[in-house]
Amino acid sequence: MTVIAIAVLAAVTYAIRLAGPLLRERVHLSDTVKRLLNTSATTLLLALVATATVTEGQSFAGWARPAGVLVGAVLSWRRAPFAVAVLAAAATAALLRLAGVA
Amino acid sequence: MRSIYRTLEQGLVRDVAALATAVGFVGASFGAIAVADGNPLWVPVAMSLLVFAGGAQFMAIGVVAAGGGVIAAVVGAVLLNLRMLPFGLAVGPAVGNCWWQRVLGSHVITDESTAFAMARSGDPVRSRQAFWLSGGTLFVVWNICVALGGVASGFIGDTDAFGIDAAFPAGLLALILPSLKDRDARRAAVCGVAIAVATAPFLPPGIPVLLGLAGVGAAVIPVPRKKVARP
Repeated sequence: MTVIAIAVLAAVTYAIRLAGPLLRERVHLSDTVKRLLNTSATTLLLALVATATVTEGQSFAGWARPAGVLVGAVLSWRRAPFAVAVLAAAATAALLRLAGVA
Repeated sequence: MRSIYRTLEQGLVRDVAALATAVGFVGASFGAIAVADGNPLWVPVAMSLLVFAGGAQFMAIGVVAAGGGVIAAVVGAVLLNLRMLPFGLAVGPAVGNCWWQRVLGSHVITDESTAFAMARSGDPVRSRQAFWLSGGTLFVVWNICVALGGVASGFIGDTDAFGIDAAFPAGLLALILPSLKDRDARRAAVCGVAIAVATAPFLPPGIPVLLGLAGVGAAVIPVPRKKVARP
């Protein structure tokens, strides 16, 4: 990476980030639109969780990672503390890999 | 302001600390990989301070290392970061109302800080606390660990062996579970997941998640209800 490439990437990324809060202030939003914005963020995050769980680039991530995320998901759903769910997800994936599961 | 920080919830501090630990490991591995690929130490350090987006940083370094060129690296990383625009729209109120809060806060809009803020979106004060504590902590931890990883490059092995790659989706999922109690949000998110996963094998990373946004349409279209027969 060159200085210019890093500077361009940093500037564009910052502009993308700043645009949200600035637009949000300029435009008056109805309650319905506010709700839709929250729904959009939730939808994007869950889509991100799903692709980060099952894919690596354009191919399948292997079984260890989704298995770990599933264990974490069940624990969170059963109201386990956040740290417990995250640690259990990592431990499950690590142990499966140790046992030879990709 | 001071009264806000005096009443920080213990649970929030603990959850942020847990995620920050995982972020630290990933940051160290980013620093190590970037330096191992032949970049001088300032490259991962400057990227982490100025770009501050883990996925985009890994992608940019990876594309260049694979011989894809600098332009492809920047374009790919920007596509990956486009999701932060809708994130900013959603968490705008949590970022703050005066100019310095927007200038500083916008830089720490990430998947994690958005999820922390959204998990408390019913309460503006707690949502703002969650956004700033998670965003600020992750920025500091990420940058320190990237630098340490870069210096210790060669000593750091594959973090996948510790299952760190599973910790992230699990952490984000735990944060968005409360938002999924809403029926419309749940329908939209499930449709978004279906679209993103179905298109992921065919499209460059970043695009499938953006396409998943079309799932919001499922929350807008009303569900047909059975008509009650009138006598």
